[in-house]
Amino acid sequence: MVLNMVERLGASVVTRVQEMGRMLLFVLSAFAWLTRPPFRFSHMLKQLHFIGYKSTFVVVLTAGFTGMVLALQGYYSLRKFGSEGLLGSAVALSMIRELGPVLAALMVTARAGSAMTAEVGIMRITEQIDALDTMAINPMQYLIAPKLVAGLIGVPLLVAIFDVVGIYGGYVVGVDLLGVNAGSYWNSIESAVEWKDIYGGILKSISFGLIITWICSYKGYHTRQSAEGLGTATTEAVVLSSVVILVWDYFLTSVLL
Amino acid sequence: MIKLIGVEKKLGGQAVLQGVNLTIPVGKLTTIIGGSGSGKSVLLKHMIGLLQPDRGEVWIGDVEISRLSGTKLNDVRKRFAMLFQGAALFDSLSVFENVAFPLREKLRMKGPAVAQRVEEKLAQVGLEGMGHKFPAELSGGMRKRAGLARALVMEPEIILFDEPTTGLDPLMAKSIHDLIVTMQRRFGFTAVMVSHEIPEIFAISDWVAMLRNGKIAAMAPAAEFLQITDPDIQEFISVGGTVVLPGSHVG
Repeated sequence: MVLNMVERLGASVVTRVQEMGRMLLFVLSAFAWLTRPPFRFSHMLKQLHFIGYKSTFVVVLTAGFTGMVLALQGYYSLRKFGSEGLLGSAVALSMIRELGPVLAALMVTARAGSAMTAEVGIMRITEQIDALDTMAINPMQYLIAPKLVAGLIGVPLLVAIFDVVGIYGGYVVGVDLLGVNAGSYWNSIESAVEWKDIYGGILKSISFGLIITWICSYKGYHTRQSAEGLGTATTEAVVLSSVVILVWDYFLTSVLL
Repeated sequence: MIKLIGVEKKLGGQAVLQGVNLTIPVGKLTTIIGGSGSGKSVLLKHMIGLLQPDRGEVWIGDVEISRLSGTKLNDVRKRFAMLFQGAALFDSLSVFENVAFPLREKLRMKGPAVAQRVEEKLAQVGLEGMGHKFPAELSGGMRKRAGLARALVMEPEIILFDEPTTGLDPLMAKSIHDLIVTMQRRFGFTAVMVSHEIPEIFAISDWVAMLRNGKIAAMAPAAEFLQITDPDIQEFISVGGTVVLPGSHVG
């Protein structure tokens, strides 16, 4: 009985370690193929359009309301201490350091990551990936590498948009609706936000871009041959990406602070 | 020549291939038959390196491919094309772009030369003027034709057909068989086909091999295969109906 449990636990650990090894080899292989010709810039731009441009609307919407609610909460908390003038810095630091990278990454995971897993998974199930192989075209180079590059470029750009829109959302609520002085709002941002905050946000967003495209394309690439398998792969991709983003965010923050 | 020596493969813990020895003649149409789940498609995928055997060797000409990967394997694959069960056309590309795909991606061809070659192949498979359509807009038979045009466009030495008539009505299946055999006779490529279509395959194939219990149970020229007295083989080939003798299918 106890031996069985230990056996099962051991088998589960071995399976997970093997899976992690496969994931590491997957991303290394994609980057290795990236350095070999032919270089398909048009594919990369197409993926950038899909991951970046097409996610802009949902990111702007989320950013606007996040900034607005931050301003609302911040205003009533700061008013207790007579520090409404610091509202701008509170909104900006929250957005740039944490909420911008994390929320933008979660939105990209939900919109583009899930679609990426489904797209690659359908290509696996319908043998389109095998067809690439038979044509002597490496699927890692043709299909996966452009997605990784697009994630590395697209997610930081979306996070930058998220930060700016969020800060303006906070401005609308704080200054226009609640009467905080506009000069105080911008001044507090200027004095509180340092370059290292911005670098930290960029670093986080780059790593999140890699996490999303890596996990989502890996799950799609290894989809089991059924509709159920595709559904499972998509769910696993979104859940795992989201969890890894939050865990990685904690570790990165603890190093950057 | 394609030669498999003692090929063994387990999938999901189950022994699918248990020592396959098979030699595919050059420039002929060889069909592999066998029951559902007997490993015919698995066997076909070993020939092009999509699967690697647990044991045994796979020779393509004078190259043993079972342990090759990367660029070396791709060099061998340039000699191949494959028509998949569902045609495996790229959903996001039109029929024209699908057929042009290997030319653009492998040969880096551009401009009118691509259009000319693609239109020529589409005409050969009876899809003139259909290049603008997307795979989702095509019937099953048309998809197979488009897949065949894509397979032919690089003028390969060897084409593998994985159950090319699955899911088609008998008339459409016959037209796809006719098309395959016509193209094979015309261009002289080595064709390996996996099929359930008994008795039709005896009329179009030069050679027939049967996979049973993970091994090649028999292989012979189509006419001679019909004379094999093994009761299991006779039972398998007789349930399909009246066997049409080779040569009577295509004029």
